[in-house]
Amino acid sequence: MGIRELFKRKKIEGVDDTQYLTLREENRISRENNKIIREFEKNKTRKNVPEAEYLTTMRDTSNVVEFEDLHTYFFTDVGTVKAVNGVSFDIPQGKIVGVVGESGCGKSVTSLSLMKLVQAPQGQIVGGSIRYQAKDGKCYEVTKVPQNEMNKIRGKDIAMIFQEPMTSLNPVFKIGEQMDEVILLHEKGSTAESARARTKELMNQVGIAMVDKIYNSYPHELSGGMRQRVMIAMALLCNPRLIVADEPTTALDVTIQAQILELLRNVKDKINGSIMLITHDLGVIAETVDYVVVMYAGRIIEKGTVREIFHNPKHPYTIGLMMSKPSNKIQGNRLFSIKGQVPNPINMPDHCYFYNRCDKCIDICSKDYPEMIQFSSTHFASCHLYNESSLRDEENIDEENAKE
Amino acid sequence: MEIDRNHTNNNDNILIVNNLKKYYPISRFTLGKGRAFVKAVDDVSFTIKRGTTMGLVGESGCGKTTVGRTILRLHEVTAGQVLFDGKDLAQISPRNLRKLRPQMQMIFQDPYSSLSPRLPVGEIIGEAVREHNIVPKAQYRSYILKVMNDCGLPPQYFYRYPHEFSGGQRQRVSIARAVALNPKFIICDEPVSALDVSIQAQIINLMMDLQDQFGYTYLFISHDLSVVEHISDTIGVMYLGSMMEIGDKRRVFDNPLHPYSKALLSAVPVSDPDIKTNRIILTGDIPSPVNPPSGCKFRTRCASCMSICSQKVPELKEIEDGHIVACHLYGQE
Repeated sequence: MGIRELFKRKKIEGVDDTQYLTLREENRISRENNKIIREFEKNKTRKNVPEAEYLTTMRDTSNVVEFEDLHTYFFTDVGTVKAVNGVSFDIPQGKIVGVVGESGCGKSVTSLSLMKLVQAPQGQIVGGSIRYQAKDGKCYEVTKVPQNEMNKIRGKDIAMIFQEPMTSLNPVFKIGEQMDEVILLHEKGSTAESARARTKELMNQVGIAMVDKIYNSYPHELSGGMRQRVMIAMALLCNPRLIVADEPTTALDVTIQAQILELLRNVKDKINGSIMLITHDLGVIAETVDYVVVMYAGRIIEKGTVREIFHNPKHPYTIGLMMSKPSNKIQGNRLFSIKGQVPNPINMPDHCYFYNRCDKCIDICSKDYPEMIQFSSTHFASCHLYNESSLRDEENIDEENAKE
Repeated sequence: MEIDRNHTNNNDNILIVNNLKKYYPISRFTLGKGRAFVKAVDDVSFTIKRGTTMGLVGESGCGKTTVGRTILRLHEVTAGQVLFDGKDLAQISPRNLRKLRPQMQMIFQDPYSSLSPRLPVGEIIGEAVREHNIVPKAQYRSYILKVMNDCGLPPQYFYRYPHEFSGGQRQRVSIARAVALNPKFIICDEPVSALDVSIQAQIINLMMDLQDQFGYTYLFISHDLSVVEHISDTIGVMYLGSMMEIGDKRRVFDNPLHPYSKALLSAVPVSDPDIKTNRIILTGDIPSPVNPPSGCKFRTRCASCMSICSQKVPELKEIEDGHIVACHLYGQE
């Protein structure tokens, strides 16, 4: 077969043609989506919602936030993307919870769901619950809280630090003005003077030198590390109970990263709050957090304390992630690499999402999605390797390994 | 199509950089003052042995990318010498430079912006091959397919466009584009920092496989120290346009001598919750490269700063075999 013929064929083996949609199919999906989205949007904009409708009780009162079976979908014209697909974990009071995963695994969407900042109208929380306990003991069901009520919580009790501080600060306002605005909005009875005093106090706290000069600067005049400090100071203005830090150090250098992580740890103790730290850097996780949640393709595949995850990882993906990091300890010529890529988020299979890339998969892996299996009071992983029914297979594998 | 793609024959230095300087003027006309310059690269010298990898590390804005681009003369050289295989790239005429171009290639950081969205993959890889007549016309397509195969790209990608690929696949295309010209020397400007950890490992392995196979020489620019440690043979640490420390990988990583290298290496997060590193946290930010501090550029953030540091620029001194440091702490009697 000549080269030219090879390329003229329409159908080529190994190429995924299922993604291709005709215009008619696209229109049909788009119409269906519109119907679904309209329902959700109608619920969002209701006014004068009675409190009873969105107040609830926590499962455990020592938690600040509880995610339970959260589903956040994006209704796109080429199909539904299940960005978050059944995520459950808790953020205890005064602890740092780290969420790790590759890009596109849904870690940011999880945090945006908590803030109710998912890109609407195509992005919608379609199921599950997020419970948030406020300072006064009131417990909100975030998925049902109406917009105007959420505005009071967001930025005040739950603050967010974004990855790229340049794009999250407004370039046409001075740093000081932007920070004062937060206080003036959220704290009743605050005046311009009191707001300014509070802003400067916080700037001092996060280690900004020359507070007066920075107060009157524009974002572009500051360095990356300085901007991130401003973002942290801004998040702290109203003494939040929870800080959601979405890749706070990814855009920074290692030396600045060390400064910022140190600052975050200190700040958490000062305000006695919790932090949800989202990152893809395992080193940052190991140093900073108490609990780790590992996500893959919209689902949690493993969660536990930082020691359990790093010393005794169970899921093949977690093990692969640990091994693929070039570190001092593993000195081989080549790095361990997980083969393949993250699956297409549209039309996810029924079986384990890691099936195609896993080197330990057994027959059952292609049939059902594995359930969460408990290893200790805090350590869970969803993998068939540890399932009772497939335990015998595993023993066989172990025996084989022992023979070798 | 038997062309020699193996460059490991002789073991001399492929690249010698002597006192390389690159200044960017910032104000054209200021009365009473001279012109102000951003000293992006200020007096950098190093050599790279054939078939090895040199890692260049430093914070953002320290001039490591500018060094790479100036060596290839993507930016004009302000002063200094860049000897590539004995020819001075800083002085060479454009016509001769063009002839040398296939021998030195570059892999860029962001695979999303460095590939033309209007060209199919085969054309992206093959355009320069055709332009430089690397292979006879009849063998053109089979040669491109072979290069794609070397880089782990299946042949059906030949007619596809970059937007159809993920970041890791795109970076494979960039690598294929560079190696298709049969270069001797490749500058890799943060090739893996835009990728996820699991994909990162694939790309690094690919680059090391290609080096083993064809004997390429790499200048690997990155701020990710663990990646640099894995891939490099020698390391250069840059700070504010100057080279602070050069040495063998093991010497620099096991025994960093310059205070900046020490701080930089200690800042790398360790993937083990039980290991508590003795972290040296640097205070403040990098000073402006327009008015760098007098004497040693690192003195404003240095914990062991002495009086001589503000008066005299430290010179690169060989402290131990193959380990060169620019710091007043060493080599003083």
